[in-house]
Amino acid sequence: MTAAAAALTVSDVTVYYGTRLLLDRVGLAVQPDEVVCLLGPSGSGKSTLLQVIAGLQVPASGWIRWYDEDMTAVPTHRRGFGLVFQDPLLFPHLDVGGNVAYGLRAAGMPRAEAAGRVEDLLALVDLPGCARRRAATLSGGEAQRVALARALAPHPRLLLLDEPFGALDRELRDRLAVDVRALLHRLGTPAIHVTHDIVEAQLVGDRVVRLSDLTGGGGAPV
Amino acid sequence: MRPETPTAVSRPLPAWLLAIVPLAFLALFFGWPVVRIIARGLSSESLQVLSRPETWRVIGFTFGQAVLSTVLTLLVGLPGAYVLNRYAFPGRRLLLAVATVPFVLPTVVVGLAFRALLPAAWVGTLGAILVAHVFFNYAVVVRVVGSLWAHLDPRYEQAARTLGASPWRVLRTVTWPLLRPAVLAAAALVFLFTFTSFGVVLVLGGPTTVTLEVEIYQRTAQLLDLAGASALAVLQIAGLGLVLLVSASLQSRLAVGQKLRADPTETLVRPRRPGQRLLLVGVLATILVLLVAPMAALVLRSVRVDGGWGLDWWRALDSIDAGTTRYAPPLASLRVSLTYAVVTAVLAVLIGGLAAMAVAYARRGARLLDTAVTLPLGTSAVTVGFGLLITFAQAPLDLRGSWIMVPLGHTLIAVPLVLRTVLPVLRSVDPRLRQVAGSLGAGPLRAWSTVDLPLLSRALGIAAGFAFAVSLGEFGATAFLARSDAPTLPVQIVRLLGRPGDQPYGAAMALATVLMVVTAVVMLSTERLRGGHAGQM
Repeated sequence: MTAAAAALTVSDVTVYYGTRLLLDRVGLAVQPDEVVCLLGPSGSGKSTLLQVIAGLQVPASGWIRWYDEDMTAVPTHRRGFGLVFQDPLLFPHLDVGGNVAYGLRAAGMPRAEAAGRVEDLLALVDLPGCARRRAATLSGGEAQRVALARALAPHPRLLLLDEPFGALDRELRDRLAVDVRALLHRLGTPAIHVTHDIVEAQLVGDRVVRLSDLTGGGGAPV
Repeated sequence: MRPETPTAVSRPLPAWLLAIVPLAFLALFFGWPVVRIIARGLSSESLQVLSRPETWRVIGFTFGQAVLSTVLTLLVGLPGAYVLNRYAFPGRRLLLAVATVPFVLPTVVVGLAFRALLPAAWVGTLGAILVAHVFFNYAVVVRVVGSLWAHLDPRYEQAARTLGASPWRVLRTVTWPLLRPAVLAAAALVFLFTFTSFGVVLVLGGPTTVTLEVEIYQRTAQLLDLAGASALAVLQIAGLGLVLLVSASLQSRLAVGQKLRADPTETLVRPRRPGQRLLLVGVLATILVLLVAPMAALVLRSVRVDGGWGLDWWRALDSIDAGTTRYAPPLASLRVSLTYAVVTAVLAVLIGGLAAMAVAYARRGARLLDTAVTLPLGTSAVTVGFGLLITFAQAPLDLRGSWIMVPLGHTLIAVPLVLRTVLPVLRSVDPRLRQVAGSLGAGPLRAWSTVDLPLLSRALGIAAGFAFAVSLGEFGATAFLARSDAPTLPVQIVRLLGRPGDQPYGAAMALATVLMVVTAVVMLSTERLRGGHAGQM
């Protein structure tokens, strides 16, 4: 595994929470169309690492590269990295279709064309014909699948999944994990999937890494 | 967690019994006067006032200045709501407190503060009124919008950014729709306050800036045209009713159910980028120039004597008019105001407390009673005062010249605030505690007075403080009701302002300073009682 072949390279990322050292020189490489599962106990900084990769948090030091391009100073909305949170966080003022179309509209796609794409995406997450439903009427599992469709809609170059099934029950969680793995491979989108559940990690990931193994400069392919 | 509906066991007294006193008070001193106003205002003699073009100019001006004030307050207040609730910087809490001060100041004090600050040429212009309205209502926007903004889950915005939305697009398509209900609520409040603005307009306005309130007052007090004043008061009531209906329906239509954060301080942003710093500096400058400068100008003007500094105007507070029988010296008003404020606090806590209990323990009609008690707050103070004046100046109940008229008017205005303060606390008491007391042998009344009352005492104290402060600064109703030989502080201040010469003008500034300080002390002690929590307004 060489740095040149990697799609995403995270090098030496350090983040403090107040005065506490949360991430210590974290390094990670993700190959094109590889799904990496990142394991670690809660509070270990997994989510923070995703935030740094997405550009939602500024690291004290370190950098993020996409192939040869330095992304460290690129604002979130120009990175093209999708993020699915632990909660679905569907926009409460929009219906399901409006949520899925959000990224398409932001990219300048005309309304009618976006509506067509929305139908395809909802079919992809097994929720066809739901576009006009209000976000509040969905079950937890449905809402999370809509959130996934919303994140996939603008064709992200990389998908970041932050314990996306953490709030769901075991059975639903395993089923969704299998679905997501199949989906990501079909789309060929590289992804980082954060979880504290080893079973889920093995179901979803091509490769499972522990955050503790990436810290202290150990995991960095600089 | 909402406790279950109280059962007969846990209710100290039947709700209807508790509601009798508040409802009787309301019916007698608010319902009946309003009926009298309407009956009188709809007579053919009264309606002639509607055929006069200047009446329509007044209505147009009242509406126009309220719209302008609302838009300006939102424009100035929204950046403040954002910065004070989303940025981390030293002194943030202090600034939030400072930004809230103007809202609790008496309108007359606000008027005088801007008389002291603005160049003389501004007095009597629309501009002066607008600036004062923004000063007064800045806190409404910062508190109402800010409290939602502070609790807005930042991950909605983050989600939008990871979907490729630029910061401007996020603001437009996510933040704004989520905030819209609060912005609308704040706008409705500001419109209501400025539509019924009286003290500020009377002190800062001129012949071309007459609002409905001022027109009603002038027709009553100067032209003795009660018929015309009644017709205008009916218009005023109808207009306010319309505004309340429109805002209620808009707010329910735009309501969004969203996740809110419990601890807003967790994700305060440190302003780092130049744009963020610029915004912070802008808000700090606004607070300094718009909010702090007028209050400082008022104090300074009271010690500004003939181009130098001195305490002449302060000494005049005790001596001016001495030797004439026309008025008492200005300082005597302090005692009048404090007396009225004590009576108001007692009456309002008693009546508002009973109303809160009735609303909390009623099985049916709780909402109706709540709305009925809140009505005087939704009408204007001028209507309250005018109604009392025309209703109780004749048999069967002639209270003309009685001192009780003023505290009665103040109580009507303070009772809704008492209700809003006491009701949430009353509802938060678990009724099972009373049942436990009952099982230990306490009767319903004893159970209530040994379980609920101790838990309520703090809320009652806060409510009393609010009622006291409201009474101190009230001007709209008082202007109609105060006896000429016993003016309250605000009435005395306006009187002094209306007299020629440097000395009365300086004394007005000194007396306004006294009123400002007393009000601030009362409000600060009340806030302290609350335990540092900034509650709903």
